[in-house]
Amino acid sequence: MSGGRILEKLDKVDRRVIYVLMALSVIVPLALKLDFPIPVGSGPSMNLYDYIDNLPEGSTVIVSYDYDPSTKAELQPMAVALCRHLFSRHIRVIGMALWPQGVSLGQQAMSNVGDSLGAEQYTDWVNLGYTVGGAVSILRMGSSIQAVYPQDRDGVPYDSIPMLNGIRRLGDLQMAICLSAGDPGIHAWVMMAGDTYGLPIGGGCTAVSAPEFYTYLGTGQLLGLLGGLRGAADYETILRQRNPGAPRGLATPGMAAQSISHLVIMAFIVLGNVTFLLGRRARKGGLK
Amino acid sequence: MNLHVMGIWLGALLTLSLYSFLYRDNPFYKFTEHLFVGMSAGYWVIYNIFNVLKPNLWDRLVGAGDARPDMLMIIPTIFGLFMLARLVPKIASFSRLALAMIVGTGAGLSLVTTLRTNILTQVEGTMVPIGGSGTGDAIGTFILVAGVVCGLVYFFFSKAHRGIVGGAANVGITILMVAFGASFGYTVMARISLLIGQAQFLLFEWLPTMHLFRGLTG
Repeated sequence: MSGGRILEKLDKVDRRVIYVLMALSVIVPLALKLDFPIPVGSGPSMNLYDYIDNLPEGSTVIVSYDYDPSTKAELQPMAVALCRHLFSRHIRVIGMALWPQGVSLGQQAMSNVGDSLGAEQYTDWVNLGYTVGGAVSILRMGSSIQAVYPQDRDGVPYDSIPMLNGIRRLGDLQMAICLSAGDPGIHAWVMMAGDTYGLPIGGGCTAVSAPEFYTYLGTGQLLGLLGGLRGAADYETILRQRNPGAPRGLATPGMAAQSISHLVIMAFIVLGNVTFLLGRRARKGGLK
Repeated sequence: MNLHVMGIWLGALLTLSLYSFLYRDNPFYKFTEHLFVGMSAGYWVIYNIFNVLKPNLWDRLVGAGDARPDMLMIIPTIFGLFMLARLVPKIASFSRLALAMIVGTGAGLSLVTTLRTNILTQVEGTMVPIGGSGTGDAIGTFILVAGVVCGLVYFFFSKAHRGIVGGAANVGITILMVAFGASFGYTVMARISLLIGQAQFLLFEWLPTMHLFRGLTG
């Protein structure tokens, strides 16, 4: 087959062939349980880990689960890894959500990890539930959390929850962590809780939105950031390095598939450009 | 077959129906698409009634439990009803009052904070000592400052992009392209992550239940 024919065939390759190759590049590494090393150096993931690791025992941290099942693949592994780290350090967790469906995803993460580490609801963690209003609600929580959440997700009054004794406003907490799939999310937390009330903010977000939050890292408005599945895998890796007994996590098994599918995409981008450039040269030659 | 397994099977079949669109448009895809849109709308309506309207408005208005009725809640009730006025052309203009309140409150609350968080602090973050704590830091700071200045020059249209201005604008557009490239890379990673999530569901939750289906059929 001549070079021209190959070029023509490549130029007209059926897009479904690309879909099949992409699917295989994801399914095969998962099915074979391939394990690629995940090198984690100093960076936003490590900064977040170190900050949490240096919080005194008995501190209270608020975790906002601002996502829904459509981004569960990226953000739930982060939620699980963060809860594991917080509970193992005996740090109390107040869960809440600015997205309605984040409530049950947060409950799932806190209750599963809490059960495995012996952390008890209302003593070590509580799920306050969903609140409407986004940034406005965070602003209100700066003066009174109870005004926004008179009761928790299950209808238990704020005053009768033991771990909330003495916690009246955001300023009584040591840190806020926002796991965000969009708006309201990290922007609102940085703007209202961080810049207005001086609460240290850590974040986790979908990979799509990670680049826009890097600006907050440079200025110190965010302590650390987990970006997408890679960020979650970074956190799981650090957890395992520092606590050898920690489980493998939900994100790490997906990283081999992630790497191989990226290689396939890069190969297609290179192939597409080479085909385009050769085709253009051939057309120019033809015109002469 | 218990409810959990049925849920897994339902999720798997709907996932496969959605992916079938990659081959070509078909009735399975259409059905799943409509089901998703309809269920989302229904879920949102019910969720908002029971988790937003009831606790925040109704319970306070009528004084649920031992609480006394809060008559001030009549004001947001009226404004809420104004929003529905759009459905009746004769009184549609009332909805503007409610919208004006929402826009005004939002703008008032976020004007100062947005300015501080997204502009002033960001500008401050660019004003750093060039020296830093080492050569690496110094190079990083230089790229940061030069990138910001050149990026801004690219959007300065009052002077022709020739000579030094043209050179700076070219550096600016290059920096912008690098930023867009990083953004594209992250977007690809996000989409692949979602595919990985669904593939894990199909491989490790759905496939292991296959023997139950075989048991039912034969």
